[in-house]
Amino acid sequence: MSTATETSATVTLPKVRIDYLPVLLVPILMLLALPLVGSFSTWVTLTVAALAMGMMIFLMASGLTLVFGLMDVLNFGHGVFISFGAYVSLIALGPLAGWVESTNLWLNVGALLACILVAMLVTGALGYAFERVVIRPVYGQHLKQILITMGGMIVAEQMIHVIWGASPIPLRLPEGLRGAIVIGDAAMEKYRVIAVVLGLLVFGAMHLVLNRTKIGLLIRAGVENPEMVEALGYKIRRLFVGVFIVGSALAGLGGVLWAFYRQTLTAGMGMEVNVLIFIVIIIGGLGSVGGCFIGAILVALVANYTGFLAPKLALGSSILLMVVILLWRPQGLYPVAKR
Amino acid sequence: MSDNLLNLQGVHTHIGQYHILHGVDLAIPRGQLTMLLGRNGAGKTTTLRTIMGLWQASQGSITFDGRDITKLPTPDIAQAGIAYVPENMAIFADLTVRENLILAARNGDLDPARLKWIFGLFPALEKFWSLAAGVLSGGQKQMLAIARAIVEPRDLLLIDEPTKGLAPAIIMNMVQAFKELKSTGATILLVEQNFLAAKLLGDHVAVMDDGRVVHRGAMAELAEDAALQQKLLGLSMDAHQ
Repeated sequence: MSTATETSATVTLPKVRIDYLPVLLVPILMLLALPLVGSFSTWVTLTVAALAMGMMIFLMASGLTLVFGLMDVLNFGHGVFISFGAYVSLIALGPLAGWVESTNLWLNVGALLACILVAMLVTGALGYAFERVVIRPVYGQHLKQILITMGGMIVAEQMIHVIWGASPIPLRLPEGLRGAIVIGDAAMEKYRVIAVVLGLLVFGAMHLVLNRTKIGLLIRAGVENPEMVEALGYKIRRLFVGVFIVGSALAGLGGVLWAFYRQTLTAGMGMEVNVLIFIVIIIGGLGSVGGCFIGAILVALVANYTGFLAPKLALGSSILLMVVILLWRPQGLYPVAKR
Repeated sequence: MSDNLLNLQGVHTHIGQYHILHGVDLAIPRGQLTMLLGRNGAGKTTTLRTIMGLWQASQGSITFDGRDITKLPTPDIAQAGIAYVPENMAIFADLTVRENLILAARNGDLDPARLKWIFGLFPALEKFWSLAAGVLSGGQKQMLAIARAIVEPRDLLLIDEPTKGLAPAIIMNMVQAFKELKSTGATILLVEQNFLAAKLLGDHVAVMDDGRVVHRGAMAELAEDAALQQKLLGLSMDAHQ
């Protein structure tokens, strides 16, 4: 058989550049903040709180980054799934009131998981309807996408007002998830620790699916070049719908965690966090789940440290971080190779 | 069974307001390598993309193995047995060489025997098996793009300018690979700008100009007729010796 390429003598092994720098930013930022904060226990409290917030932001943003990366859809209505997810948790909480007030931690966690499950199912179904009715007519038209998804979000917000009323609804954390774990002088809220664990579990699951399954390969390939995926014989539209449903369900999951964190439900809670989510996916690199994960943690860390050290700067800290990151890497931390 | 695997009859293609193909008539014989030649902008790439359904034909018909595929969506055309290697290769840079090939193996796992054959054609792919495709050289990316098209048996291969931008030594390696591929009885439609490579590989030739096929015949005849080359392609043989 003929040898049809460079011989082994002329071929040199390309060096694989594994880009650890964005990952290293997280511990570097933490260590830089330690002397500025001064107290170790305060630093631990701030850092754990930031990690929890980062995980919640990641859960809310991860679906959007996939939707944008794969479908090239600017879904400004993503926040609606967060709000709906949060409100829908009320449906599960009604019959599980006993579990919520129980002192048994497992029943408390069970109530939280039931809320998450219901929220993901409902927001997934809502995502399917949203894709068919709102998104499908405007594929490839960014300006129309912005307008129609914003419009869709306003309509959905008003639907929440109609169904659950316009007043904010207080939401109590299950009994066993209230309070803090105190280690030395450092206090870590139990709920935030659970949010960190859940966030890591979801990130791990997404990582496994994207890297170890064929559907994950298809999603990653579709983010790069959907046309070529079709030319290989795969119906990318079905993949689009699937990813949109999963992205919506993840936003619903994030919405539940966010609602319990705030302990108040408002119809506008999704819209309020929308800007933050867009900042995170831009920092991470549009379409990159790993970038979104690092971006969410960085945004939360910067917000918490700045809030403690220079409260007046806290409001703009995320935008400042985005500017700095984009000056360093204009395509975000982990740019996805595009068509 | 017809001798021709693919037939295009009076195919017109519009891209936006531009009318690119003006009634393309083309027949691709089974088990042969047909070269599609022509100057830049003649409509070669558009013809391949129209066959694949990436741009819809606005008029005319395309039949593949007796089946009308003119209005089929791209995935259905691919599933019918046509593989496509685009001009820009379109490898998935963030995926490894292995993952690129796994995606192309639509019918299941990679066949070890076929993989061994592909590694024989393109040894670099075995060496760089676990590396991200984005770090490969241009020639290696082209090899991966072709390997992706042949990782499972396909009835027809559409390949767009595989030697574009490659070093002469790599081009000759590529020519060897296509000769080997030809010897398996594969039906290939190959767009090529490199006339030397076309001469070495083609059984048949179709020459396009201004969105139409203006010449069809045996490649050997065109290769020997300098005047015809000059007329159809504007080629000076001195430049290709």
